[in-house]
Amino acid sequence: MHLSPDQLIFWQHGFFKLNGTIVFTWGLMLVLAVGSKLITSKLSTELKRSRWQNLLEIVVTGIKKQIAEVGLKNPEKYIGFLGTLFLFVALAALCTIIPGYEPPTGSLSTTAALALCVFLAVPLFGIEEQGVGGYLKSYIEPTVIMLPFNLISELSRTLALAVRLFGNMMSGAMIIAILLTITPFIFPIVMTALGLLTGMVQAYIFSILAAVYIAAATRTRKPKPTLAVKT
Amino acid sequence: MDNMTIIAVVSIITAGLTIALGSIGPALGEGRAVSTALSSLAQQPDASATITRTLFVGLAMIESIAIYCFVVSMILIFANPFWNHVIAGATQAVGK
Repeated sequence: MHLSPDQLIFWQHGFFKLNGTIVFTWGLMLVLAVGSKLITSKLSTELKRSRWQNLLEIVVTGIKKQIAEVGLKNPEKYIGFLGTLFLFVALAALCTIIPGYEPPTGSLSTTAALALCVFLAVPLFGIEEQGVGGYLKSYIEPTVIMLPFNLISELSRTLALAVRLFGNMMSGAMIIAILLTITPFIFPIVMTALGLLTGMVQAYIFSILAAVYIAAATRTRKPKPTLAVKT
Repeated sequence: MDNMTIIAVVSIITAGLTIALGSIGPALGEGRAVSTALSSLAQQPDASATITRTLFVGLAMIESIAIYCFVVSMILIFANPFWNHVIAGATQAVGK
């Protein structure tokens, strides 16, 4: 019983190994990219549209609505990043139905990579919105004494993102593995259903937290009052 | 008791205690969060979308504490570096 798909090696040649995490991640990427390409190759704006296009439209408008509710003014700028995060983590959790599959988010490397993407994206979006000076000024926002605490909070919430997702996915897989050895088959099936639920909730949480961090970084500060001169 | 036994005993006991004590706090916190959310839903049912979303985000953050304790206890049982170290030493001693 292994702790993560990292230990499931499919092929090895010297230093390079193809472990379960890499293979399953590439599988998910293939499904998402090829599936979306096929569905969006023939888009129609008539009343009659294919059900896959309908499904994609529901997903995209749902994500846009959630991003707007969090407080980000134009969701179109951020939906590429946040939508991809949500879709990847959600599909990784959803595919646990397939036997022999282990979610790649059950390995700390994947979740750390995703958390690092958020860690880099927040300052990038903040600088794009407010300029370098404006964004850096937000670190000394209440007073200058808060500077180390703001920096520490940046690091710790990135770490929390990574460990939260890893812990939830790993615990689901581990509980199922342990139960398989000691109980009749019905209990692991129930635990798989519970793992599906927590996986989808964690996907939602990951992307909503990323959206909240980006919203905090791009929030326009109170504009300085300017004198309106009547000519 | 030699080193191996001490490490094994302490790891097992600590793993059990970690998850046992570590789930008390988050469980109490989540109970309070859900109860407050329910009473505010009863007061203002038309804000239910915002309240539900905030409740889920808050629950996930509280849950992460329990997840940290679970991860530590799993590491102690399955990926314990001290245990691996003494096992490697013992295997080397037997092999010589």
